Amino acid sequence: MNKAEILVIGSGPAGLKASLSAADQGAGVTLVERDPFLGGQLVKQTHMFFGSKEQYASERGFKIAEKLTAAAEEHPGVRVLKGAAALGYYDDNVVTLELKGRVLPVSYDAMIMATGAQENTLMFPNCDLPGIYGAGAVQTLMNVYGVLPGKRVAMLGAGNIGVIVSYQLLQAGVEVPAIIEAAPEIGAYHVHASKVRRMGVPIYTSQTVVSAHGSDALEKIIMVELDDSWQPVPDTERELDVDVLCIAVGLTPLTEILFQAGCEIAYIPELGGHVPRRSAVMETSVANIYIAGDVSGIEEASAAMVEGTIAGLTAAFNLGYGRDSYEQKIAAANLELDALRKGPTGEKIRTGLQNLKKTGEVRQ
Amino acid sequence: MLEKTGVPTPAQVEAVKPSPERLTEGPVVIVECFQEIPCDPCYTACKRGGFLPFADINDLPRMDFAKCNGCGICIGACPGLAVFVVDETYAEDKALLMIPWEFLPVPEEGNMVKGLNREGDVLADVEVKKVRSAGSHNQTSILTLIVPKKYAHDIRSIRVD
Repeated sequence: MNKAEILVIGSGPAGLKASLSAADQGAGVTLVERDPFLGGQLVKQTHMFFGSKEQYASERGFKIAEKLTAAAEEHPGVRVLKGAAALGYYDDNVVTLELKGRVLPVSYDAMIMATGAQENTLMFPNCDLPGIYGAGAVQTLMNVYGVLPGKRVAMLGAGNIGVIVSYQLLQAGVEVPAIIEAAPEIGAYHVHASKVRRMGVPIYTSQTVVSAHGSDALEKIIMVELDDSWQPVPDTERELDVDVLCIAVGLTPLTEILFQAGCEIAYIPELGGHVPRRSAVMETSVANIYIAGDVSGIEEASAAMVEGTIAGLTAAFNLGYGRDSYEQKIAAANLELDALRKGPTGEKIRTGLQNLKKTGEVRQ
Repeated sequence: MLEKTGVPTPAQVEAVKPSPERLTEGPVVIVECFQEIPCDPCYTACKRGGFLPFADINDLPRMDFAKCNGCGICIGACPGLAVFVVDETYAEDKALLMIPWEFLPVPEEGNMVKGLNREGDVLADVEVKKVRSAGSHNQTSILTLIVPKKYAHDIRSIRVD
């Protein structure tokens, strides 16, 4: 059977950083990625990142992906398996992968799950018409494959993803006649909202989409205003002609394999739903299984990178690597994480983490 | 308003403007960043001390306008595209305005383009005086526009027809 000292599942910002930090400490890492390329969602991010120098602020996401991918592929301690999807967990520290049509069991000493998240969607009449996409799909079409999703796109959701993808649509020459947000306020960083607004894109808060219409594909949506209790206001329905509706209404952590492995899971809405319980250094309740990034709670890529570093350092430490530098490196990473989460925009994640902690201490 | 529409209020815009005296002394930065988010590249980009040190990465930028020479290096560093430079000393009724630009086409020097306000409405036809790259690792362009002085604090984007 294939053996991995540290098996990292997922090569987004968290998985890449976890792999590099563990390998830098001297551990042998096998990094597994379902896609034919590394980088996860970073490869689609054409905007400059926020944060600080430590998290590559001012650099564009895909540039960060290029840097981290090159570092991982060139690192003698990292073996990269692309096009390999993790299928399931088996007892005795085994995960099966699907690689080139074959099932490949891999045993590990430690595993870091950095599987990220999947997009939420919404149900409304005709929500399955061609032309209705998740925002991630639209980003993949445009920024990975160079395919325009449509000519006139309405965005449902004014969080960071909805507003950033709207901006990218404008950059691709697509018309965006509306960003629609059910909440009374824009969830995105306000600077992101301002930069689409000054390109003439209206943002409608306290409104939503109630139905979609079209014979073979989407032709129009019906929008409605919402009252303080998020109920439709009578006689406020209006039509909007669009050929694409892009849905950006949040993310849910991809925890299936962790469920299967028996990790204790808690339901914490602020973190995106079901998330594994974990220690301060990203250990789950199952020995030798660690987590990092969106699978541990929906947050920005900057935080995912730091969590990846912490998980990688800890997994390596528990296998006997980097004993001298561990405490110091963890302390530095914790300072970065605390700073990223400290402000008003970090309130949701802070609340979520507190509520997760209230479910009890994690013991392996 | 900002949190509902993406457009800052006149009071917010006024609060981050340099003093009238400073504006008469030449080019100076205006940072339209109104929300505490974890982000500090503006501060690290400026080598002149124009941005006061951040105690916390979530701080709003605070300026020392006396130290700013309007070079605009911070424009390309801001991931929120919230930094502009205004030079009211350019001419009697015209000001220079530097804005970040991330769309194609990138206009050429001498082109006339539409100057848009914070809501995307056209305020005036403006001339592109200068186009420069924000740096070899940064695809953002920095445009210098010649704008009517009365709109120097209102025009914040352009449309290339």
